[in-house]
Amino acid sequence: MYNGGKIIIGLIIFVGLVTYPLWNNMGKATVKPDPKIDTPEILKLPEIDRKCIESKAYMKKEHMKLLNEWRDWVVRDGNGVYVSAEGKRYTMSLQNTCMKCHSNKKKFCDECHNYAAVTPYCWDCHIAPKEKET
Amino acid sequence: MLEKAIKGGSRYWVWVFFLLSVIGIGFLAYLYQFKYGLGVTGMSRDVSWGLYIGQFTFLVGVAASGVMVVLPYYLHNYKKFGRITVLGEFLAIAAVVMCMLFIFVDMGQPLRVLNVILHPSPNSVMFFDMLVLSGYLMLNLLIGWTVLGAERKDAPPPKWVKPLIYLSIAWAPSIHTVTAFLYAGLPGRHFWLSAIMAARFLASAFAGGPALLIILALIVRKYTKFDPGKEAIQSLGKIVTYCMYINVFFLGLEFFTAFYSQIPGHMNSFVYLYTGLEGHSKLVPIMWLSSILAVVALVLLIFPKIRKNEGLLALASISVFISLWIDKGFGLVVGGFVPNPFERVTEYWPTLPETLITLAVWAIGFLVLTVLYKIAVTVKEEVVFDKYGESQVRTE
Amino acid sequence: MNINRREFLKIAGVSTMLGLGGVSAVNSLRNRVEASQISPNPEALTAKRWAMVVDMSKFKTEEDYQRCIDACHRVHNVPHITDNPKHEIKWLWKETYEHAFIGNEDEYLSEEIKELPFLILCNHCDNPPCVRVCPTKATFKRESDGIVMMDMHRCIGCRFCMAACPYGARSFNYKDPRPFINEAKENLEFPTRTKGVVEKCTLCYERLAKGLKPACVEASKGSLIFGDLEDPNSEVRKILSSRYSFRRRPELGTRPSVYYIF
Repeated sequence: MYNGGKIIIGLIIFVGLVTYPLWNNMGKATVKPDPKIDTPEILKLPEIDRKCIESKAYMKKEHMKLLNEWRDWVVRDGNGVYVSAEGKRYTMSLQNTCMKCHSNKKKFCDECHNYAAVTPYCWDCHIAPKEKET
Repeated sequence: MLEKAIKGGSRYWVWVFFLLSVIGIGFLAYLYQFKYGLGVTGMSRDVSWGLYIGQFTFLVGVAASGVMVVLPYYLHNYKKFGRITVLGEFLAIAAVVMCMLFIFVDMGQPLRVLNVILHPSPNSVMFFDMLVLSGYLMLNLLIGWTVLGAERKDAPPPKWVKPLIYLSIAWAPSIHTVTAFLYAGLPGRHFWLSAIMAARFLASAFAGGPALLIILALIVRKYTKFDPGKEAIQSLGKIVTYCMYINVFFLGLEFFTAFYSQIPGHMNSFVYLYTGLEGHSKLVPIMWLSSILAVVALVLLIFPKIRKNEGLLALASISVFISLWIDKGFGLVVGGFVPNPFERVTEYWPTLPETLITLAVWAIGFLVLTVLYKIAVTVKEEVVFDKYGESQVRTE
Repeated sequence: MNINRREFLKIAGVSTMLGLGGVSAVNSLRNRVEASQISPNPEALTAKRWAMVVDMSKFKTEEDYQRCIDACHRVHNVPHITDNPKHEIKWLWKETYEHAFIGNEDEYLSEEIKELPFLILCNHCDNPPCVRVCPTKATFKRESDGIVMMDMHRCIGCRFCMAACPYGARSFNYKDPRPFINEAKENLEFPTRTKGVVEKCTLCYERLAKGLKPACVEASKGSLIFGDLEDPNSEVRKILSSRYSFRRRPELGTRPSVYYIF
């Protein structure tokens, strides 16, 4: 083919760049994320009440979308109360509802976010709960 | 046709690498601004728009001025402009690219820029500005590229280009009118609250843009074999003359309304710009420079004998361009914010990072212009004869 | 297969568009949270149009003013910018008569009035020019009660609203505000802002949702009167019908909701 030499070299460089994340991380141990839900606030609740606003599977999949929708409902529509699938009522607020139970951002939120290498910018504005010594 | 931009002599590559280095330095300055925020510029709570938006305002005018060569040629068959239309269209492309970049570097949260499209707000003039600028860029890219490509193949351009060209002729004044509307509809900013804002913008655009085009055409003729045409340059000179006179006349109208009515709100900004207000007079020297350059240009341009001398015409064009650049690209924007809504004065002057970023955006614009002009010139040098059978190439 | 470059690019382009379009169509059909799961706070204060009356006769000392300003700035984590006055951020502040009410300058005005420190804040206009110009509706007028709100997540920091506001009520975060917020006095129940967005008074919408009056009104001990302009029985209406009141630059047609009485 025309310019065959340049094309082959270019292809090799391209494949090398695209697969960089794979061969750069080879051999490095990666620990599966283990978000901890044993905060003092959660432990204070009786065992039957230690439930998030929705199921764990739902929250894992949808918490990003849920937070976005909460924000629009609170800030733009002026509605502040969320009724969960179970019929319980919660105030829609990251700082004042979610983080009241999950007061350990480093051992909860950051666990999965660091593993997945995402940096949500919530904490640029929303004040994260103060980390405790434990 | 893009491959024509990667074949050039040493002078071409020196120029390109100079532009790339300016861009590189400015890019580093932008990373600094992105990290620390717009506080690295000279803007303040009172003067919340500065050099970036001023440059954007000025360059929208330069972009709109493409219509000044397209309209006579395509609508009125003014044959003399046949060789210069593509230079006008490509200048418009480079100018619109610079406009969009200046908006981008001015934003506090640039990564959220898509919000303007995701949440359309037809009540906002800025929403329409985004639409008309994007539309104009695409129009000029499509038209310029297609017509040039057709010329290269010695064929007439495809029929669908014609209605697009007519659309671009109507679109050009609209981009600058919409930009003027950004300013002219704000209650409480009396310096800008004028019905003739859009008219002033168009007049200064049609003086400044063709002035730049004259200089570019003369440079193209000097450094390449392509000759845009002596009569074309002379016609542009007449356009610059008339539009500069109209522009200065309009400025005079604004002065009259402000100072004959003696209303402080209308006078204050002019007083600040031209004499200083409450001891603050940072902009006074450059505003007077702008006025002096305007007068010099007007005197040179009114005499046909002087206009016919291409060297003096170039001088007058440079004078027009710099005068309007100061007036529209700096004085207009800063003047609207001084004094502030409490009739206090906070002054503004760009900082070093701000200046480096501005220079980088200009360099990107000139790089786009260089690449596009290189392609156009190379095509025309190969084709030699334009569609009227006249040679568009200088014979040594 | 004999295919030239142009055909190949055309096919590639169309497939990409179809692919992207298909993906976004499927995404939008995914289960969303039902809108029926939302309701307003039962204890919220509501009104058709919130307004405030600043009773200058009730403010006696410097401390009276500062209490209101401190209450507002503390509850909302408003930073105190110390290194560059150009980057100042303020939601509620004092201004003298001739600067607050421009066009009323008069050298023969009584000294007392000339020196009176009027409390200045966003006027939550009924016809706000800032809302008119916002290209993303990041600032918008809340339909329920007329508050001119800020959506900090949507703001792109273009500062068009700052140019449009005739009252100078808006501030921009020219840098990260967090180093300038006193950590000891931080309000952990309200977020801060980040660099690159515009902010201003939002009439304590978060307090209204909990049934509380705005922080400045509570701290003013009666000098700031707050109520529904469209309720003929509200306190603000009673005051406005019995005393002479004036607003800032009413001739601009913005219909401000902050009134001043002596």
